[in-house]
Amino acid sequence: MLQLEHIFKTYYVGDETVHALDDASLHIRPKEFVAICGPSGSGKTTLMNVMGCLDTPDSGRYILDGVNIAECTDKELSLIRSEKIGFVFQQFNLLDSMSALENVELPLIYQKLSQKERLERAKAALDQVGLGNRMQHRPSQLSGGQQQRVAIARALASNAKVILADEPTGNLDSKSGNDIMRLIQRLSQEENTIVLITHNAEVAIQAQRTVYVRDGRLYNTLEEAGIV
Amino acid sequence: MTMFLNSLRLAVRSTLANKMRSFLTMLGIIIGVMSVIVLVSIVQSTTNSVSSAISSMGSDLITISVTDEDVVLNKDDYMALEEYDSIAGVAPYLTVSSTARSGSNYTTVSAIGVTEEYMEVAGRDLESGRSIVASDLDWRTYTAVIGTEVAGNLYEDYDVIGKTFTMSGHTFTIVGLLSESGSSTDSQILIPLTTAERISDSTSISTCYVKASSTGNVAMAQALTEYQMLSLTRDEDSYEVYNMSEILDTMDDVMNTLSLMLGGIAAISLLVGGIGIMNIMLVSVAERTREIGIRKAIGARRSHIMMQFLIEACVLSILGGLIGLGLSALGLQIFAAVADMTISIEWRAAIGSLLFCVIIGVAFGSYPAAKASKMTPIDALQRN
Repeated sequence: MLQLEHIFKTYYVGDETVHALDDASLHIRPKEFVAICGPSGSGKTTLMNVMGCLDTPDSGRYILDGVNIAECTDKELSLIRSEKIGFVFQQFNLLDSMSALENVELPLIYQKLSQKERLERAKAALDQVGLGNRMQHRPSQLSGGQQQRVAIARALASNAKVILADEPTGNLDSKSGNDIMRLIQRLSQEENTIVLITHNAEVAIQAQRTVYVRDGRLYNTLEEAGIV
Repeated sequence: MTMFLNSLRLAVRSTLANKMRSFLTMLGIIIGVMSVIVLVSIVQSTTNSVSSAISSMGSDLITISVTDEDVVLNKDDYMALEEYDSIAGVAPYLTVSSTARSGSNYTTVSAIGVTEEYMEVAGRDLESGRSIVASDLDWRTYTAVIGTEVAGNLYEDYDVIGKTFTMSGHTFTIVGLLSESGSSTDSQILIPLTTAERISDSTSISTCYVKASSTGNVAMAQALTEYQMLSLTRDEDSYEVYNMSEILDTMDDVMNTLSLMLGGIAAISLLVGGIGIMNIMLVSVAERTREIGIRKAIGARRSHIMMQFLIEACVLSILGGLIGLGLSALGLQIFAAVADMTISIEWRAAIGSLLFCVIIGVAFGSYPAAKASKMTPIDALQRN
């Protein structure tokens, strides 16, 4: 499903050179639930940005659902983001000027669906995350946990093959965090490919498989990563 | 299409969400559109009323005026012009300034000695009574057709037929009343040309009206008149031949230049308004960087973002233009009422300035829109 081969990404901050990704290779199979775990600054967010086609690697090959991302134009990347990837961010990233329903509809507008189909799918997605009764609320009228559910519904509505979640519980209290994790667990059982990015090992162990990141390199166990 | 409607809905919503800011942004456009429409409309309406006043005097009317006092021409010299097909009528006239008295009332008048054709050629109408006829000229009668102002000054009413007044030592009987024109002709008295010649003790006539047989023949009639005058006087500096449509043309030229100039100056304020829109759109792009990032992350293309901001700029400028149009219609009504003029809105200026608004929206919106669309999603998302 997702195939990263020898990905390098380097940032230059002032005089300093930061190897955000240093020869990172990773293969995620369809319907897999993978957690990517690492301390802050380890390069995990860069990894997610590359996987989500928000950022391009300096070198290496990234193949998403059979498409080589390096060969895509800006327009094609937009299409991939629109149809294949659903993002769930730590800061929810909902548009405050719109209702929950409109937020969930938004990616469907970019997919050029008819209004009828948009409404049906957005409502179904909100029902799926248990917010069927909060559709007309603005994000500011919802709790953090509810906002994150809206964000998940937005990712689901677009029928994305891959859901990329970057610290989805990072801004939530532990109860709402647990609710969100249960929702993600359920979604993984419903045949979604999920990549969860977190610094929290407790959250990471809920995934089928965990990959550890340290200084831009990927490891399969904590010992290899030298984190313990 | 759905994309366009959604962007439009969004643009209207964001315009309404920041009412004060949107209004201040539009103010430049509103003032610009108002000044273009109001100035051009006032100039055009003034031109129209002046030119209709001039053309009511007859654009087919040619005026001859002998300026050299040594040149002596009499009635028959002018009447020779009647031979030409392109000339419908010739009316030489002689003006005598004098004072008319009736009882204790008196008034300064221009007594104009006219032929029987004068009323027809000069386009004058009777309110009541009759005009000067051929037998009046033959018998050198002391009859007069008077203007309404004269009637008012001498008798304080318009029931004047058959009444008499004295002028230059003669007693005149009024046979007709001219209809009111609202101009200086209301203080004129028409008397037979022969009578005027006797009063002024001269048969030299220095002024004459020539009427062309149709408006298309004016140039021909004028050329013939000039030729006749040149052959009579042998000195082209001793007379003037001019025609109302010439004056009208000159005035139209001046007014068109004036309205173009005023419109141009006003258009500069529209331009300034456009820069205001660009400014606010740049602020809006900066403020909504995160929104742009989110939209890009969930699949918005460059063109989608571009369209969203471009439509927003257009909504601002077109809305401003429409408000400006409404306010100028209102302002012109008030101006017309205060100045007691008929002023109609100049639609070419209105449509032109509205089109200009669309162009401004696109032109000044495209830079901020392009700036927004070129942001990489990752940069846009990371900025707060």
